[in-house]
Amino acid sequence: MAAYIFRRLLWMIPVLLALAAVTFYLMHKAPGGPWDRDLSSRQVDPNTQARLNEFYGLDKPLWRQFIAYVFGDFKKDGTFACGLMCGNLGPSYRQRGLTIEQILFNPPEDKPIYYSRFGYSIRLGLLSLTFAIGVGIPVGVIAALKQNSIVDYISLFIATAGISVPSFVMAIFLIIIFASTLHWVSVVPKHWDQIRVWILPALVLGFGTMAYTTRLTRSSMLEVLRQDYIRTARAKGLHERVVVYRHMIRNALIPVVTIIGPAMVGLVTGSFIIETMFGFPGMGRAYVQSISQRDYSMILGTTILYIFMLTIANLTVDLMYVIIDPRIRLHD
Amino acid sequence: MSATTTAGNTSDIAKLEPVARKSRSLGQEAVQRLFRNRASIIGMIIIGFFTILVIFAPQIAPYNPLEFHSGNDYLPPAWVETAGNGKHGNPAFLLGTDTLGRDVLSRVIYGARISMIVGFIPTAIILVFGTTIGMLAGFLGGRVDNLLMRFTDIMYGFPDLLFFIAVLVALRDTWIGSLWNGLFLLFLALALVNWVGVARIVRGQVLSLKEKEFIEAARCIGAKPKQIMFRHLLPNSLGPIVVVAAFTIPGLIITEAILGYLGLGLRPATDPTSFFITSWGVLLLEGQTAINAQPWMLLAPAICVALVVLAFTFLGDGLRDALDPRMRGTK
Repeated sequence: MAAYIFRRLLWMIPVLLALAAVTFYLMHKAPGGPWDRDLSSRQVDPNTQARLNEFYGLDKPLWRQFIAYVFGDFKKDGTFACGLMCGNLGPSYRQRGLTIEQILFNPPEDKPIYYSRFGYSIRLGLLSLTFAIGVGIPVGVIAALKQNSIVDYISLFIATAGISVPSFVMAIFLIIIFASTLHWVSVVPKHWDQIRVWILPALVLGFGTMAYTTRLTRSSMLEVLRQDYIRTARAKGLHERVVVYRHMIRNALIPVVTIIGPAMVGLVTGSFIIETMFGFPGMGRAYVQSISQRDYSMILGTTILYIFMLTIANLTVDLMYVIIDPRIRLHD
Repeated sequence: MSATTTAGNTSDIAKLEPVARKSRSLGQEAVQRLFRNRASIIGMIIIGFFTILVIFAPQIAPYNPLEFHSGNDYLPPAWVETAGNGKHGNPAFLLGTDTLGRDVLSRVIYGARISMIVGFIPTAIILVFGTTIGMLAGFLGGRVDNLLMRFTDIMYGFPDLLFFIAVLVALRDTWIGSLWNGLFLLFLALALVNWVGVARIVRGQVLSLKEKEFIEAARCIGAKPKQIMFRHLLPNSLGPIVVVAAFTIPGLIITEAILGYLGLGLRPATDPTSFFITSWGVLLLEGQTAINAQPWMLLAPAICVALVVLAFTFLGDGLRDALDPRMRGTK
């Protein structure tokens, strides 16, 4: 088991490197560069651009730049600046003087750490996850216990709709209803200190996961309901509440538990469209902005962070399955 | 099942009809179960409806989607008496018009073309590649499996939307990006990422199947690996493959909509006779700019995306229930 985990973790290195290489190549291939300005504003003159390129090493061949990014590079004065392998994601080309880590993890002054971009995304993810699990599991359990009743059909329909209708279409519907028509919330709030403005984005973001949790809980409950040990539990005269809580739900929640970690990662990484739509000050919107600004190291750094989180989540799922279901074996 | 008998009434037993029914193949039973599922029937009707729109778009759409109607811009849908901008609904433009006075209904009908085709063509590619690779990995095991699965790990690790965005931004201005109005690149990117899911499912299926007794039996009577793969493993994994296909299609439609919404994917067409003029994603992007004043421009394509995706999910659910052998004989 330990060997397996170790091997999987080791495998993450080539995976990360390969994906970083693809991203690196693609973004440098995209027309334009970090020094391009909006046509309406003052342009960076060619001499300055050349100086900037030299300073950041953008004048070197692509493969050389990539190696410099991953391992590090010697500066003009001979000091060695360590690259990705020391956890440095590089300097931002657009927000001068800031490194990618500072952009993502440093909060504004006098604010706690969860006011950083990463912190905002995590908070939104946690809120959506709480909503998804807090609604999804009870609804799934009730739907299964009352199978083929009207409650079951309604919750199943909502769950199916939630899984299939993409979150940004859901966001469009909700924005039109609650922001444009009813004026309950503003579409792009000025600041995010009020809890009220978090509701809509968290709801939209968590809806898909909520629907998925509902369906998973329901189907898993239905499978447990038909097990012999449930019949045994009833036959020996246990109170129905004990049967439901101790025998059914405990067993039925096993597959649900395995998805929580990945769901959280999915919510944090998958939020960039929602963040952009609501003007949310998180990591996702910064990422989308960095793409249009060709802020190379920001694109690469955030992508690597996303991929790192996703790989860890995938590994956790595989491990959880093995722990829970002894029939699944880990092969070499 | 046909009648109940009370104990001791032996003479009745002789009168009982044999309960055996006509034998049907697994496939026939699955089709029957599928047609008994009301939700999947609704799904099929909706898919059929949109397929007709795709094929007969020029005949059904009241106007050409690129035709300007000067003086008729920003019209609300026909049933709205007076919209916020003081314009009145016109029955000639059922769903209203957009900023340039183009008929929203016609644009939505033409948009169905790309959205539906984006669902189908990459799915076909994905199925062929994913099944082949998944089956080889699962069946051969060992080093091949390790190699292929690590490769799928790499693909899996990529947040797919980020990959699409990166590819579409980077290769947009190359020759490959301008092929078929940019659709070719879109298909390619979609297929490149999504075959991994199919490969994983097929591999898992093959892994569990090849430990089963009937494969052991086939080996014992000397079946060749090729025979085992095509005669035993493939037919037995078809169920999950079909189900994955039914769920991949809506996923791709959504992806196209998101990419179009971000301004990637299809390039705007200028030729009114072109087959691919607009897509729902592009329409969503156009509608987004006027979300407060003209919500109908956004609602029409959004409802269409939701409907089609829901229909495919219903069908996929129905297929899964119908093809799951454990459901056999129930209801």
